[in-house]
Amino acid sequence: MSQQTVNGVPSRGKVLTLDNMNPNVKRVEYAVRGPIVQRAVQIEKELKEGVKKPFSEVIKANIGDAHAMGQKPITFLRQVLALCSYPELLEDNKFPEDAKKRAKRILQACGGHSIGAYSASQGIECVRQDVARYIEKRDGGISSNPDNIYLSTGASDAIVTMLKLLVCGEGRDRTGVMISIPQYPLYSAALADLGAVQVSYYLDEDKCWSLDVAELRRSLNAARQHCNPRVLCIINPGNPTGQVQSRQCIEDVIRFAKEEHLFLMADEVYQDNVYAEGCKFHSFKKVLFEMGPEYSSTVEMASFHSTSKCYMGECGFRGGYMEIINMDPEVKAQLTKLVSVRLCPPVPGQALLDLVVNPPQPDEPSYTTFMKERTVVLADLAEKARLTEQIFNKVPGITCNPVQGAMYTFPRITLSQKAIDKAKEEGQVPDMFYCMKLLEEEGICLVPGSGFGQREGTFHFRMTILPPTEKLKVVLHKISEFHLRFTQEFS
Amino acid sequence: MCAGNKLQNFRVKSLVSVMVCSLTSHPLSSSPGRALSSLSATRRGLPKEKMSENGVSSRAKVLTIDTMNPTVKKVEYAVRGPIVQRAVELERELSEGIKKPFAEVIKANIGDAHAMGQQPITFFRQVLALCSYPELLNDSTFPEDAKSRARRILQSCGGNSMGSYSASQGIDSVRQDVARYIERRDGGVPCDPDNIYLTTGASDGIVTMLKLLVCGEGATRTGVMISIPQYPLYSAALAELGAVQINYYLNEEKCWSMDISELQRALDEARRHCNPRALCIINPGNPTGQVQSRQCIEDVIRFAAKERLFLMADEVYQDNVYADGCQFHSFKKVLFEMGPEYSNTVELVSFHSTSKCYMGECGFRGGYMEIINMDNEVKAQLTKLVSVRLCPPVPGQALMDLVVNPPQPGEPSYENFIKERTATLSALAEKAKLTEQVLNTVQGISCNPVQGAMYSFPRITISAKAVKEATDKGQQPDMFYCMKMLEETGICLVPGSGFGQKDGTYHFRMTILPPTDKLKILLNKVKEFHQKFTQQYT
Repeated sequence: MSQQTVNGVPSRGKVLTLDNMNPNVKRVEYAVRGPIVQRAVQIEKELKEGVKKPFSEVIKANIGDAHAMGQKPITFLRQVLALCSYPELLEDNKFPEDAKKRAKRILQACGGHSIGAYSASQGIECVRQDVARYIEKRDGGISSNPDNIYLSTGASDAIVTMLKLLVCGEGRDRTGVMISIPQYPLYSAALADLGAVQVSYYLDEDKCWSLDVAELRRSLNAARQHCNPRVLCIINPGNPTGQVQSRQCIEDVIRFAKEEHLFLMADEVYQDNVYAEGCKFHSFKKVLFEMGPEYSSTVEMASFHSTSKCYMGECGFRGGYMEIINMDPEVKAQLTKLVSVRLCPPVPGQALLDLVVNPPQPDEPSYTTFMKERTVVLADLAEKARLTEQIFNKVPGITCNPVQGAMYTFPRITLSQKAIDKAKEEGQVPDMFYCMKLLEEEGICLVPGSGFGQREGTFHFRMTILPPTEKLKVVLHKISEFHLRFTQEFS
Repeated sequence: MCAGNKLQNFRVKSLVSVMVCSLTSHPLSSSPGRALSSLSATRRGLPKEKMSENGVSSRAKVLTIDTMNPTVKKVEYAVRGPIVQRAVELERELSEGIKKPFAEVIKANIGDAHAMGQQPITFFRQVLALCSYPELLNDSTFPEDAKSRARRILQSCGGNSMGSYSASQGIDSVRQDVARYIERRDGGVPCDPDNIYLTTGASDGIVTMLKLLVCGEGATRTGVMISIPQYPLYSAALAELGAVQINYYLNEEKCWSMDISELQRALDEARRHCNPRALCIINPGNPTGQVQSRQCIEDVIRFAAKERLFLMADEVYQDNVYADGCQFHSFKKVLFEMGPEYSNTVELVSFHSTSKCYMGECGFRGGYMEIINMDNEVKAQLTKLVSVRLCPPVPGQALMDLVVNPPQPGEPSYENFIKERTATLSALAEKAKLTEQVLNTVQGISCNPVQGAMYSFPRITISAKAVKEATDKGQQPDMFYCMKMLEETGICLVPGSGFGQKDGTYHFRMTILPPTDKLKILLNKVKEFHQKFTQQYT
């Protein structure tokens, strides 16, 4: 037991210290809210206290948080939520009938007609039914069973739960999980927390961050030397890379998963965020079922969706769902048991998800406004995606793939040897050094590429395209100028 | 073997196995042989062939009961276990017109106040509606204090919207309000908002803290002391984390009170096979309803200091105290009143939630924890860990803010708020008394006073004949009892075995939440059932 002496009085060490805490937790890293964001929050505080900076506000382009960037909530969604929160408003004639109808339906499905009651652990039944119908419509009629839908606390919750189910074995038998590099760091964080083996496969930056089955195979074979790879995770549209996978690519991945006996996890939270011409979102489930029963009745898969992205951007409600396909019934019973321990996902988030999968219909009073609001958000995003690519690609030393979908750009930046050496001197990875400097000089908060993973010797950052167009232009120009300055300083 | 059978079998065994396994072996070391063979096969990329179906060979699933996470299999959560699943089935059958000896299923298994008809507090819901749809801020029908709360909350949200992520630790202004609430509650003992973490219900905070604490292998594996009976979130979380569950028994004869010599016994025994590092207390008690005396809390703190245990105080029922002479004392307040020798050293975390007390807002999943004397480096790790899940649900955070900062005297909503709050709490107090009284009139049921919380945990006498029949059916005797009660009366309770109990004793947990009239009917039905059951098995 460690004993220290403070002011001559022997004091015992804490019960819980860095040395005797859960070692897996120590290995967890989550760059999206890492040191750079902590510094950004500090700088904001300093600005508020009147400390002089070369900028007047901090722009947080580190996270896909649409409302924080000024995107307005969809009126219909919020009307229904207000009605559910305070049902006395159902008497108020300011609210449209379709909003009232949705609210009544949701409340009727809640215990005691209150969103304050726990729901079933798997989620409110009628919401799960609506989700299933939404998936059927999305996938051209392929059937979806509400029993296979699990509502969740954001998509993150469901992803971690699925990974948790999959992890077993020790040493060479320990479960390996294939994730893309670059990846969304929830995956690496969850794998560290669970003590699973991260198996990295690289996306091809030169081909617009596309996924290549040969690379999957290389990575799998290498991993089989030291662990038991059982899961393949895909993010489509990609985060942080913004690529949208072709139907052909998805077919290849499914074939690969079947051949190699892998459980597929398809993170499809950006399914409405597709901007590039010629690109289209194809759900893994639809492609799976179009490949015929040989695949659709065997390949095990979970697909994730959320209320946080797309045109809604309702991150704070922590709504989401997953659909499981071909899961072993005994495992499914275990899954149901496991989620019951946390009682239920937040009910306001469940209500919101219901509205997302069951929005106003053409003959309903809110339809026109809803479509207008939705279209404006998505059209703006498409424009900002283009703008970002164009401006960055004009800067010598920055190359940027088209932002085909999702909400981020992940441009490659050239850093000179001198800059790299300087970073090393400061004990930082080079792109962290770059981003930290950008934050201090311009007040722009990005996430260094190293937080997502990248090929050795390459450097990137992730930036959301969410700021309002005018502000985004300013951000892009500031970054361009900074990059030129930085390049000069370290040439 | 049919899957259903296998599952049931597993369930019966596993309660035992949680206790045994957690005491004897590391959870990851117990893979059955067939699981191993299938693992090594898949590792080589040669998935094992399953039986031949219609001449076509079909491969086994990637993820099967044999190849899934073994710690997940050990998780048990009786509050939503098989009896509740059967209750849901019965409800469906009733709605399909199938005849039953009852007209409705009464779910007294879970502390879900609104589901039992309790009305939400008007003020809370007004503010939540305003936050959801800020256009209502122009609506003159909403009181000014509700509007000013809503504005304050919205101003601390990114883009003035509840749809933004908050800081992972929770909204700054909410954490400040929580800190001030704690200071008021604890007679001025200071509270730093930096030590407040908002959570997704208290469950989330509890699991996060346990996760931080778990380390070591074999005899150095972290052990966590929990009461028996306990709230099964604890045993479930420990099973999942592969930590060692250390049981200390509450004293049923002394109103479920806690006894230091029993803590010492449990600790000394556990030290032989694990490294006990944390002591969990639920006060007021779930499922037992006892309220700890100030003296008892002092003793516990002294014990934790002496034995170097991290204290976890689950205080989600802090407003639910009914019995004369009982009062809620927070662990933090007592800790600080014991002087710097304790208040500077004992590591403590305390949990609260929006789901219980007079609010009963379970669906919003609001909650917080306060950490005290946590090592700075560990705190940084905690902050990092919670950041991965981005943030607790913002509507739950907003609700938490209202709970800790309710209408004040002089504000327009004050009177109505106090009226609603008082009505709920005094109805609960009445129901607590009623439950104890009625159950104690039944021969073969003995029930401690429900001093606090929301449950009664009466002891039931089950005859040897009934025990035998249950055993023959492969059920725990109290599960057999509760299942039979459900089928015959439509009342859904949770068997005591789901919470843990002394060997050879049997209990059930029942919430006292149904409206008084319904509760009376329910209690009488329980009474009649028990008499019939006793007669049937004499």
